[in-house]
Amino acid sequence: MRTELRIAGFGGQGVILAGIIVGKAASLFDGINTVQTQSYGPETRGGASKTEVVLCDDEIHYPKVISPDILVAMSHEALIAYISDMKDGGTLIIDPDMINESEIADFVKKHNIKLHRAKVTKTAENEIGLRIVANIVMIGAISKITQVISHDATKEAILDSVPPGTEKKNIQAFEAGYAMDGN
Amino acid sequence: MTEKNVNSNNKNIQTNENPFMKYLRKDRLPNIFCAGCGNGIVMNIFFKGMESADIDFDTLALVSGIGCSSRIPGYVKCDSLHTTHGRAITFATGLKVGNPDLNVVVFTGDGDAASIGGNHLIHGARKNINITVICVNNNIYGMTGGQISPTSPKGSFGTTAPYGARDKPFNLAELVSTAGATYVSRWTTVHPLQLSKSIKKALLNPGFSFVEIVSQCPTYFGRKNKLRTPVDMINAFKENSANIRKAAKMDEEELVGKIVVGEYVNNSRKELTENVRDLSVEQCCRNLAIKSAYQDKFED
Amino acid sequence: MSEELFVQGNEACAHGAIKAGCRFFAGYPITPSTEVAEDLAGLLPKHGGSFLQMEDEIGAIGAIIGASWSGLKAMTSTSGPGFSLMQENIGYAHITETPLVIVDVQRGGPSTGQPTMPSQGDMMQVRWGSHGDYEPIALSPSSVQEFFDFTVKAFNLAEKYRIPVILAVDEVIGHMREKITIPDNVDIIKRMMPKESSDQFNMDNPYLPFKSDENGTPPMATFGDGYNIPVTGLTHNEKGYPDSSDPKAHENLITRLCNKILNNREEIVSTHESFCDDADTIVISYGAPVRSVFTAVELARKEGLKVGSIKIDTPWPFPETQIFKAAESAKNLIVVEMNLGQMVHEVERIIGMVDGNKPNVHLIGKIGGELHKPDEILSKIKEGFS
Repeated sequence: MRTELRIAGFGGQGVILAGIIVGKAASLFDGINTVQTQSYGPETRGGASKTEVVLCDDEIHYPKVISPDILVAMSHEALIAYISDMKDGGTLIIDPDMINESEIADFVKKHNIKLHRAKVTKTAENEIGLRIVANIVMIGAISKITQVISHDATKEAILDSVPPGTEKKNIQAFEAGYAMDGN
Repeated sequence: MTEKNVNSNNKNIQTNENPFMKYLRKDRLPNIFCAGCGNGIVMNIFFKGMESADIDFDTLALVSGIGCSSRIPGYVKCDSLHTTHGRAITFATGLKVGNPDLNVVVFTGDGDAASIGGNHLIHGARKNINITVICVNNNIYGMTGGQISPTSPKGSFGTTAPYGARDKPFNLAELVSTAGATYVSRWTTVHPLQLSKSIKKALLNPGFSFVEIVSQCPTYFGRKNKLRTPVDMINAFKENSANIRKAAKMDEEELVGKIVVGEYVNNSRKELTENVRDLSVEQCCRNLAIKSAYQDKFED
Repeated sequence: MSEELFVQGNEACAHGAIKAGCRFFAGYPITPSTEVAEDLAGLLPKHGGSFLQMEDEIGAIGAIIGASWSGLKAMTSTSGPGFSLMQENIGYAHITETPLVIVDVQRGGPSTGQPTMPSQGDMMQVRWGSHGDYEPIALSPSSVQEFFDFTVKAFNLAEKYRIPVILAVDEVIGHMREKITIPDNVDIIKRMMPKESSDQFNMDNPYLPFKSDENGTPPMATFGDGYNIPVTGLTHNEKGYPDSSDPKAHENLITRLCNKILNNREEIVSTHESFCDDADTIVISYGAPVRSVFTAVELARKEGLKVGSIKIDTPWPFPETQIFKAAESAKNLIVVEMNLGQMVHEVERIIGMVDGNKPNVHLIGKIGGELHKPDEILSKIKEGFS
């Protein structure tokens, strides 16, 4: 089965790294075919930033997202920019502290979107003491809520991707995200 | 120098042949240079400097761009790269870094080095790549028939400056000194002794060496500028040369039309090839790979 | 032990270069190819190799030609604007038979155009960009693994035929991440030395550095080994001596240079045909659009349409035999490329050779920086069946 995932936020939130870690977890450690792509250039500096991951048990031909099954939004601007082509019945994960939910309420209802809230920025700040690991908290939430990548594979992918010396904080961040109930 | 390169020594004595003939590809002679051209003097002086520097002829690699002086390497019986216009220093850089055992010498002219190749010239000097650049500066484009170059003096004539050159010319020795070369000198073809000593120093300097040789082009520069014969040009060089030490005491007016000759720079700093090698030693504890294109197994 | 990595195409290329034995890289930063240079700046010193950042792309290709003659496998990477600057020295590498690999990660052009967006707008520049007659070899990968594999292949072809080989890649493949497997060992074609040692030569029996073997390619001696090779960009004879005004000398040299590729076309060319045997419509593509084509063809087959595809790995030399076969058997040929029509002209040229019923040819060209969506291709396929 083909699953299309899009993670979006603003530049500096580590959105691209989140996409790479999801891709790595799936391809190297869960053994699922995976393609990760990202938007480049001025878009990635400031403004809305996005990465896309396609996962499939079979060979992936067309490498880009056509219509996301899962949208992860870490900023309001990104949510508005990238929500419109979501699949009906798809999964939406938002950081409620970064988003004005009322603006998408109609869309969620109309398209039967399964909405999950993951307070990743607050969690990163308050539980880990590092705002910059919000992306890793979000990866934990993605793993738990969507099940597209396993807990253990994701952990390995994080250890494989973060700078030496930061492993402990990052795994803490991941577990904090994984512990969220997503409601 | 290996034996096969001196095997014609006996013959030289019998025929009174130029002692440097052994370095030439005799089957390519006569060369294409005009009568009275400075390139012959330059070649003679180069071989003299090379011998006194004790350079192994088998390690010599000559590189050139496009222009009259860039034709010199093709007559020399060593490995040579006659490349594209202005780019010789870039090819020489790859050759030297690729095999630091080579003695890499670039023959270039004022148009080749300072106009189309100006950027490579200053960056070669900045990086202090261990090559020697011999720039035969005749102040004109000879190969294409007498157009002005970036070193043509103000007021001099060329086919593209029928009313006289109006731009300020480059002072090449100063330009390359400022860019960071570790050996720089300028002489003219009437200074053979100083020049061969200078070439010796340049070849032995472990860094970017630049020897500017102000040379005569009687065919184009001379004819266009009332210096009709090679002798007229040689005399003009003699009259107008001022040693760099004397020149330091001269005022601007006195310096007009003068060719300031001498050693501009002679110092040392770490050169590019050494830096590249050191990085390899630091990162994998071994020297740079040499001639590895001929292998089918590579160390990890 | 083979190794698995989840990396961008450009990173895979850098790993392929190291595995192929590349030990010299010179380049200049340019989007979207810069990661190739960045990764080799990290990898080369760990393998006894040299990395140089040059003052411009002209300097970059000059340096790798010099390094190649020093006896190293050498590479540069760039994108359209830098590739344009390299063209004169690419011609020099052809006429002097210098093995090189040049990576061109194509972006939207002309000029500065779209630095971050994919394109296949350089395909004809890859073919004809330098002046004069020559036959290039170009490879276009469609996946990150292929970018690794084709980089190794490019070095092998470069050494075998003593020619600059172009990796004509698009930004999609350069920047997307997929899993690659780096095998423990890859097949290496090493540079061929002259059979004779240098001291066997003298004035009466000179070494002939540009005398070809039976396949049309001369063995390659290296600088510093005593062969005393005169290399020039001028038309030259077998000795390497300039001979630029004899029409026959020029004809002999350039014909040999072209024929060493053309006579080995079948060995160099690589294509993959899928579902072509019974196909009424065959879709032809190379690079990233192959991915969209495969999806479209699968969808079409599910709808019962007799559609096949040809994936071209080697745009140059153009796979004439394979396209001719398709042109003879199919009613419609569809060419999918990220430009306004470049390789389609080659397909049309081949169709011109078909006797009798010629197939219709359609171009699905696309510029602007978006990969074709499978639906766009599928609807064009359906037009052919309506």
